[in-house]
Amino acid sequence: MDQAAGRIPVAAAPVGRPSRARRTGGALLLSPAVILLLVWSLVPLAMTLWYSVRRYNLVDPTQVGFAGLGNYWYLLTDPDFLTALLNTAILVGGVLVITVGLGTLLAVLFDQSFPGRGIARVLVISPFFVMPTVSALLWKNLMLHPIYGVYSAMMRAVGLTPVDWLSRYPLATLVMIVSWEWLPFAILILLTAIQSLDAEQKEAARMDGAGPLAQFRYIILPHLSRAITVVIMIETIFLLAVFAEISVTTAGGPGVASTNLAFLIYSRALLQFDVGGASAGGVVAIVIANIVAAFLLRAVARNLEA
Amino acid sequence: MTRKRARLRRIAIGGAAWAVALWVFFPILWMVLTGFKTEPDAISTPPHLIFHPTLSSYREVFARETYWHFALNSVAISVLASIAAILLSIPAAYAMAFLPGRRTRGTLLWMLSTRMLPPVGVLVPIYLLARGMGLLDSRTGLVVIYTLTNLPIMVWMLYTFFREVPIPILEAGRMDGATRWQEITQVLLPLALPGIASTGLLSMILCWNEAFWSLNLTSSAAAPLPTFIASFSSPEGLFFAKLSAASTLAVAPILVFGWLSQKQLVRGLTFGAVK
Repeated sequence: MDQAAGRIPVAAAPVGRPSRARRTGGALLLSPAVILLLVWSLVPLAMTLWYSVRRYNLVDPTQVGFAGLGNYWYLLTDPDFLTALLNTAILVGGVLVITVGLGTLLAVLFDQSFPGRGIARVLVISPFFVMPTVSALLWKNLMLHPIYGVYSAMMRAVGLTPVDWLSRYPLATLVMIVSWEWLPFAILILLTAIQSLDAEQKEAARMDGAGPLAQFRYIILPHLSRAITVVIMIETIFLLAVFAEISVTTAGGPGVASTNLAFLIYSRALLQFDVGGASAGGVVAIVIANIVAAFLLRAVARNLEA
Repeated sequence: MTRKRARLRRIAIGGAAWAVALWVFFPILWMVLTGFKTEPDAISTPPHLIFHPTLSSYREVFARETYWHFALNSVAISVLASIAAILLSIPAAYAMAFLPGRRTRGTLLWMLSTRMLPPVGVLVPIYLLARGMGLLDSRTGLVVIYTLTNLPIMVWMLYTFFREVPIPILEAGRMDGATRWQEITQVLLPLALPGIASTGLLSMILCWNEAFWSLNLTSSAAAPLPTFIASFSSPEGLFFAKLSAASTLAVAPILVFGWLSQKQLVRGLTFGAVK
C-alpha cells in the first residue's frame, strides 16, 4: 500500500515510506553497486591527490619524497600547460557553439515533414555512433589528406590549392572533426525535445499570425532552453576529455598547438613517466569537470522533482 | 495559390534537409565505398565515383590484419561488461524505484557524479594499479573499468524504466506470497524487459566505442577495435582501402544498434532530463 505513495515523487516527504524491514532489504540490494562505485571513485581520486604531492618518476628512481605543491607550481608556470588550458577552452567552446547553434536550427528543420524524413534523420545522426578513432582517421585521411583527400580534390576542382588542414590549422580542424561527431547528439536530443512541444500551441501561434521566425523565437526556443542546457553540459563533460581524436591525428602537435589538458596529462604520464606532474594535472582536470558537473547535477535534480 | 506555396515550401525544406543529411553522412558513405576499391583506385586523383568494386581489401584485412582477434576482443569485453553492469544495476534500480528512502535521491545523483569524473584525472593511478595487478593489456582490466564507468548510467536508465511498472502488479505478486527474488525475476523483469534490453544496448554502444582506456591500457593481446583502428594512424593509414574496409567492419554493427535504439538513447544519455 505504502508503496504507491512512496513511489511517485522520489523526493517526496517521508509519508508512507516503506517499513524499516523493507528499507533494510533495499539497502542490501543497493549495496553492491554503491560499494563498487565508492571504491571506484574514491581510491583513484585519493591516489591522484597523493601522487600529485610526491616526487615520482617511473624511470628515474632518484626522484622520491614529498614535493609539497612543487608539482602544481611546476605545472602552473609551464607555458605548455597554459597553452593546453587555452586549447581545451577553444576546443570545448568551438564545438559547443557549432553543435548547439547548428543543432538547434537543424532540429527545427528535421521536425518539419518532408519526403523521406525518417531516412534523412537516420543519416544525420549516424556520425554519433562511429568510434572516435575511426572518425578521426576518416577525416584525416579520406577527407582532408592534402593530396588524396576528397576535400582536396574538390578544392582543386574549383581552382583552389588544397591545404594541409591538420598541420596548418590543427586545432580548428580538430574542432571541426569533433563537431561532426557531436552535432548528431545535439540534433537527436533537441529534436526529441521539439517533438514534445504541444502541437496545439504551435497551431494557436500560427493562427494568431505568428510567422516562422516569431514561432521559433517565442515558442520553440523557450521550450528548448532546458534541453539546450542539458546538451551543453553533457557535451562539455565529454569534450573536456577529448583524447582519441587528438592521439590519432596530430598527437598534440605541431609542438603543443593541438594539445588539450587530457592529452598533456597523458603525455606527462605515459610518455615522460612523470607521475607527480601528471597527477597534479589530473587534479586540475577533476576540479574543472566538477564545476561543470555541479551545474549538470542541479539541472538533473530539478527534473527529478518535476 | 497558397497550396502551391505550401508545396514549394515543402520541397525547399525537404531539399535543404536532405542536403544536410547527405553532407553529414558523406564521410561514412565514402568510407564504405572506399572499402570496396583497390588501393590505387582509393588514392586516385580526382577520386573515382565509378569504380570496379572488389573485396580484396576485406580479404586482406581478414587475412593479414587478424581482424577477428580484435573484433572478438571487442565483442567479449562489451558483452561481459554489459552483463556485469546489468546484473549490478537491476537490484540497485529495484531498491531505488520500489523501496525509496530518505537518501535515494542523493544516492542517485551521487552515482551520476561518479560518471562525470574525467578519465584522464585518474589515468595515473588506474594505469599503475593495472600494471601492479598484471592487468595491462588484459581483457579483464577493460571489463572491470567499463562495467564501473557505465554502471551509473545503467542504474539511472533502469530506474526510469522500473518506475513505469505499475505497482499493483508487483503487489499482487507479493499477496500471492512471492518472495523478493520471485517478485524481481518473475514479475518485474518480464515487464521491464524492453527497458532492460535498451539499457544493455546503450552499454554495448558505449563499450564498443570507448577509446580512452582502450588506447591507454591495451596494445595487442587485449586490444579491442578502437585500438586496432588507431594503429592505422601510422603511415600504414595511407592504405586507404584497407583502412576503410577495417573501419567499416568496426563501425557497422554499432551503427545498426544506434539506428534501432535512438529513442531510448536520448533517455539514457541525458539521464532522463530530456524526454
